Amino acid sequence: MKQTIITLLLVAACLTACRVPDDIIPSTQTSVGGGDAGDIAGFYLLNEGNMGSNKCTLDYYDYQSGIYIKNIFAERNPGVVQELGDVGNDLAIYGSKLWAVVNCSNLVEVMDASTARHIGQISIPNCRYITFKDGYAYVSSYAGPVETDPNYRLGYVARIDTTTLQVKDTCVVGYQPEEMVIVGDKLYVANSGGYRVPDYDHTVSVIDLNSFKELTKIDVAPNLHRMELDAYGNLWVSSRGDYYDIQPMVFIINTEADCVIDQMDLLACSDMTLCGDSLYVYSNAWNNFTQSSDISYAIVDVKERRIVTRHFITDGTEEWFQNPYGIAVNPNTHEIFVTDARDYITPGKVYCYSPEGRLKWSANTGDIPSRIVFTHTPLR
Amino acid sequence: MMLALLLTLLLQTPDTTEVLKGSVVTAYRQPDKVIPAQALQGEQLQRLNALSVADAIRYFSGVQIKDYGGIGGLKTINVRSMGTQHVGVFYDGIQLGNAQNGQIDLGKYSLENMESVTLYNGQKGTAVQSAKDYASASAVYLRTRTPVFQDGRRTNLKATLAGGSFGTVNPSVLWEQKLGEKVSNSFNAEYLYTTGKYKFTYRKLNGYDTTAVRQNGDVRALRIEEGLHGRIPDGNWKLKLYFYDSERGYPGAFVREEPGKFRHEDRQWDTDFFAQGSIYKELGDWHLNASFKYAYDYLHYRSDPRLDVSTMYVDNRYRQQEAYASVAQEYKITNWWDVDLAVDYQFNTLDADLINFVYPSRHTVLSALSSSLRWEKLKLQGSLLYTFVDDKAREAGAAAESRHHWTPTAVLQLIPFRDKNLSFRAFYKRIFRMPTLNDLYYTFIGNKYLKPEFTTQYDAGLTWDKNWARGLFRRVELTVDAYYNEVENKIIATPASNQFQWTMVNLGLVRIRGVDAAVGTQLALGPVTTSVRLTYTYQKAQDFTDPSSPWYGGQIPYIPWHSGSAVAGFDWKGWHLNYSFIYTGERYEAVANIPENYAQPWYTSDLSLSREFPLGAHSLKGTLEVNNLFNQQYEVVQCYPMPGTNFRLILSWIL
Repeated sequence: MKQTIITLLLVAACLTACRVPDDIIPSTQTSVGGGDAGDIAGFYLLNEGNMGSNKCTLDYYDYQSGIYIKNIFAERNPGVVQELGDVGNDLAIYGSKLWAVVNCSNLVEVMDASTARHIGQISIPNCRYITFKDGYAYVSSYAGPVETDPNYRLGYVARIDTTTLQVKDTCVVGYQPEEMVIVGDKLYVANSGGYRVPDYDHTVSVIDLNSFKELTKIDVAPNLHRMELDAYGNLWVSSRGDYYDIQPMVFIINTEADCVIDQMDLLACSDMTLCGDSLYVYSNAWNNFTQSSDISYAIVDVKERRIVTRHFITDGTEEWFQNPYGIAVNPNTHEIFVTDARDYITPGKVYCYSPEGRLKWSANTGDIPSRIVFTHTPLR
Repeated sequence: MMLALLLTLLLQTPDTTEVLKGSVVTAYRQPDKVIPAQALQGEQLQRLNALSVADAIRYFSGVQIKDYGGIGGLKTINVRSMGTQHVGVFYDGIQLGNAQNGQIDLGKYSLENMESVTLYNGQKGTAVQSAKDYASASAVYLRTRTPVFQDGRRTNLKATLAGGSFGTVNPSVLWEQKLGEKVSNSFNAEYLYTTGKYKFTYRKLNGYDTTAVRQNGDVRALRIEEGLHGRIPDGNWKLKLYFYDSERGYPGAFVREEPGKFRHEDRQWDTDFFAQGSIYKELGDWHLNASFKYAYDYLHYRSDPRLDVSTMYVDNRYRQQEAYASVAQEYKITNWWDVDLAVDYQFNTLDADLINFVYPSRHTVLSALSSSLRWEKLKLQGSLLYTFVDDKAREAGAAAESRHHWTPTAVLQLIPFRDKNLSFRAFYKRIFRMPTLNDLYYTFIGNKYLKPEFTTQYDAGLTWDKNWARGLFRRVELTVDAYYNEVENKIIATPASNQFQWTMVNLGLVRIRGVDAAVGTQLALGPVTTSVRLTYTYQKAQDFTDPSSPWYGGQIPYIPWHSGSAVAGFDWKGWHLNYSFIYTGERYEAVANIPENYAQPWYTSDLSLSREFPLGAHSLKGTLEVNNLFNQQYEVVQCYPMPGTNFRLILSWIL
């Protein structure tokens, strides 16, 4: 009997001993076809990953080889504990560095833009978006000071030295600040108030970059999110509405006068990107009354402030989209890139369209593909 | 995230004696009627190194437990991959409700006073059962101890102190008192405290290797149960009060962060109370059971940015109430044919301090007609359940439309040979679960147009057993079942327009093909009495929701193709040694079966050694447990690390 027990235990011990740690998940390559994009070598794509899954990943597309590489961060950075992190929210290149804002990991990951290798990280609680000017990075965060009522908690913008990766200063803004745009010496940040449902914020904060103090707040509309600056000094700001009666739409702010000068009533916007005078917009707007989403697309002429077309995808493949989640236009080739997050819990897709709106290629991405950033230096 | 609260009155159901008679662990028994069950009871249950009911249920075949880790982590059961909400959990005969989210946290139910844990696939098939006993795809019955007084004693007293790793302290007391010839009282109280702190390691081959300590996993819980058990001529009655009060931290998903910088401080408070009672009476060929229950569950969840800078402020309170009554009767037409009729009524309310909340309430009427026929070689049972559900909401037009459904079950058992050791069985069952009040009405997420989620089960199996008076093998029992299940209109959360906004839809179609097998043996090895139980489960559970999806037909999340368990018990001169082993094979964390979602197999070994020491009229019992003997670092749920090797010492003083 004793022998049986010992044998049993030995077998169990061996089984346990034989269990090796997980492999680092390797990248996967798909050949989708290349092309000449001038000084643009390719793009990085950030996948958010579902909250709590720690599955934020980074993909890369290379124009010269025409290869789409999925999940490059883990294998290039085997020493970074728990990879890129949980819920990537924003991605940008400034100088030679690639910056990823990882929301639920409460940090900004700083990589070498030509290798995607880890350089450093900056811990910022509940960080959302990033923008740059004159050697500083500016990161918006929900986690401002808590005053008497914890339901009313302002956000802030952090100023980070892009060389030392140190937070130099912070400026308190509105509630739950989102995207930012810098015009001259002024930083504009869209305050959403998303934590205060149904009492959303409805302002854009203007920060003076010299003093790094809030100059003023511009009253716009509830639940502000995206921002794009056109060539005429006008800021296009999206309002998500309240998902009930107040419809999502886009407002235009004149950055000389710092006031709203116009609005696009019929332009719902989940995300937008500007190329020349063309503003590419898609919308995936939820309505709690109808319990359904309306997906729409548009190109807006920002000079004329009119909708040029409701369909920049012209070959009927619009139908394939379950949940459009990100958009980018290559400024050299005018190719349009749209991502589909599908059901959010399985891998998404990125689609590349010709400027005429015909599908050129598509590739599988990580979970919830969102931000695309073009790079001038190819990935080594 | 949301749990339930309770208070119970003990219910006599006539299968008690039958449960007590049985001696087989984790193997199918053959009750009076036809439906197979797996049971763990008495000493075998106590020797499993199991703290909660969830830990014990892992040893059944066909079952997966979702475990968020630690003593305080949510633990739910999924039987044959149909989903947690299709498993009815019954406490002393009456179902534990959670109209809010339909799932029961089995980690909250202690094994300290548990007499038996029984799992039925399909439904229980004993005499005189409530309509609710027919109303779920599978059911777990938790039965607490019924007082038994030996040698003219009037009092049983047992005081236990348990403690061990994670700063766990767990005292309890059981006091049973005879209050006359026909009535006895049972009082049981238990307190549990644990810091919930344990070390865990995340390691990648040729990559990082990090060790951290789980934080904010502390639990404080108090449970008090008071029961009255009485006998009447040709019958009995029971009454139970149950009170549970707890506070626990939420350690949260372990994701990348600057180490040690952020304190996770989310907390949850639960207060559960229930009162339940039943009476059973035989009037010749007519048997009657009536029962009732009232339950009040309070849940308070708080996430405070003043304690954890990264979080959003949440401070919500949920109050659920349930009133329930059931009358069940059986008429024995002949000694081989009986007819049962049961009618249940239930009323639920949910109150929450959410904005735009509609304050739903739900009336449910269930009635079940069933009949069983028993001949020497063939047993048949058929039942038809009628369910009517009507929801109300404070705001006009906010409530879902009322629904009613008829759902059948048919069971057959064949004992073809004179040698009764071999029997075959088959069952068909169609049943549904209503969308929960959260599914329908939770602010922003709920969808009142949801349809019920239906399951259809087909099962065929056999049981073979044999006893020997001498030799090495004294008993062998083997059971095998093969099954095919379908889940239609599966209710799933789907994103509305961004990560933070989800809604519920009827989308899923899941098809499950599986085999459950169990072997039990009793061996005599000289002076050592040995029992060995093995279980094995194979499941192919595929998602057929969206034919256009590249992941169409993928194995559904967290269901391993292969899983199993082994339990070996050795008795020698008053010493009891128990070894238990659990294996969960490879699986995926999402329906996309790709390397990014791959989860390694895990397997843990637990050992326990116990002995009772007589001290005159008293006795002292000691048990030492070692869990996860080989310190395997594993996850059951992605980003929720499980504890490594841990210990528990239990000392009981028994009068």
